[in-house]
Amino acid sequence: MTKVAIIGVGYSGYAPLTPHMSFKEMMFEAAKRAYTDAGINPRTDVGSFICCEEDLWEGISITDEYVPDQLGGAQRAVCTVSDDGLVGLINGYMQIKSGLADVVVVESHSKLSNVLSQGDVSSMSFEPYYERPFLTVETAVALEMRRYMFDRELGDDIPAMVVAKNKKNGLGNPRAPYSAILSMDEVLSSPMVCEPLRKAHIPEPADGCAVTVLASEEKARILVDQPVWIRGVGWFSDTPWVSQRDFSKAVYAEGSSKMAYKMAGVNTPAKHFDFVEVDDSYGYKELQHLEALGVYTKENIKRAVEVSETDLRGPLPVNPSGGKISLGDMVEANGLVRVVEAVLTLRGQGPRSLRGAKHALVQSWRGPPTASGSTVILEV
Amino acid sequence: MESKKTLPGTPIAGAEWDNEVYSFRKHSVQLRYAWDAGSAVSGFLEGLKEGRILGRRCNRCMRVLVPPRAFCERCFRSTDEWVEVKDTGKINTYSVSYVNNDASRRDKPLIVAVIEIDEASPGMGFLHVLGEVEPSKVHVDMKVKAVWKPRDERVGAITDIKYFKPLEV
Repeated sequence: MTKVAIIGVGYSGYAPLTPHMSFKEMMFEAAKRAYTDAGINPRTDVGSFICCEEDLWEGISITDEYVPDQLGGAQRAVCTVSDDGLVGLINGYMQIKSGLADVVVVESHSKLSNVLSQGDVSSMSFEPYYERPFLTVETAVALEMRRYMFDRELGDDIPAMVVAKNKKNGLGNPRAPYSAILSMDEVLSSPMVCEPLRKAHIPEPADGCAVTVLASEEKARILVDQPVWIRGVGWFSDTPWVSQRDFSKAVYAEGSSKMAYKMAGVNTPAKHFDFVEVDDSYGYKELQHLEALGVYTKENIKRAVEVSETDLRGPLPVNPSGGKISLGDMVEANGLVRVVEAVLTLRGQGPRSLRGAKHALVQSWRGPPTASGSTVILEV
Repeated sequence: MESKKTLPGTPIAGAEWDNEVYSFRKHSVQLRYAWDAGSAVSGFLEGLKEGRILGRRCNRCMRVLVPPRAFCERCFRSTDEWVEVKDTGKINTYSVSYVNNDASRRDKPLIVAVIEIDEASPGMGFLHVLGEVEPSKVHVDMKVKAVWKPRDERVGAITDIKYFKPLEV
């Protein structure tokens, strides 16, 4: 079976507001960039188009009807995956592996600024009989945060350090609208939302679109000088019951990474990667995910933060892009946004300190209150 | 014209429902959105406010796209310029509707039509309603013309055109 590479990436938006363009125009801009990057004409060179979105975040239903034109997919094979963009990427990977297509476009976007009732949309994801009467997005997060921090004996300073690190990493990334120099004290003095969750822990909403072009090995070698290979993929769902979860670990991240590691032949994840892009929501999620991925353990995760091991210039840079904390929360686009960041970094277009990086991992979580996510292993 | 009448069927009611034999839980949400219309739609809506129908031309395939789009879906490139087209056209297809969205019966039928706008490229146009015409007189390929709301009532919406009526020849 053929190998699969990412041969082009494009993006647009990445801002709190994008009033100057419709979601279609935002997608068109990102797609144009990705196709130029890959050196392809979407009208003749693409076998399949995949869009990842959730209708409730769009305000229109059957969104796949609204997708083809702006991707160059008019009257072609187009489908929608109602999930995080990383799941769409994995679907595209499988289409190429199975020989259905040799070039696949995967797109995902957020127009969160257009959703005026974000809380109501989120409320529909809560289990309706037992849990919905008591939950908000913030309480769902805070319940897990409390238990995880209790089990690891983490003080408030640890998640605050993660937030401050990722805000700072974003300053080197021209695409990160929420980057900042933010001290740990500023995080700790930000308003309490739902103990122990503070406002500064919460990723701010953003609009944006990410597009990737995937290709078979044969096509990739013809089209580009620097293909980024997808070496392993995995996806996994933990229990949907908030009240039945093991809050001390991210079971979905563990499951999805095991699947991806097996495929890629990664035996020692703690030593394999030059950098990782993981979901860093609320600070503590970054740590919970790093443990689940086997990059750190529950015994050494606290110290890794304290001695700045995961900083941009540390032994294992975590979220050199600035993560969701700096890039903003782009709902279903979060995973694909991070793939774009990882690809650019592997091609030497990311932070200077990561030039020459060869191995990267991208992990995504579908956001509160879900316990599902996916992992992709990339290599140049 | 068909008059309003009661349709056959069994209404949703009954002892099982009233007694909650099968229980349910109600949840109400307010889903509110404010969509960024974008450059093409915004230009079109502004045109309507001025009583003009605007399209965008793609200088590669030379089509005039109505309603306008910022990009040509056939050539996959940005469209090039604004073009004002006539407010007349012909009926591609139509239907006389006797029901509302919630399946309730309308007092007065609504004639919905796809109108191909003159000077736009073949097959280009939009959905609207017909007025000043008996349903039985409407036919495919009928020439029609926009009837606009008065200037001060136009807000930049597709309904700034009240309806299309048969074009006198």
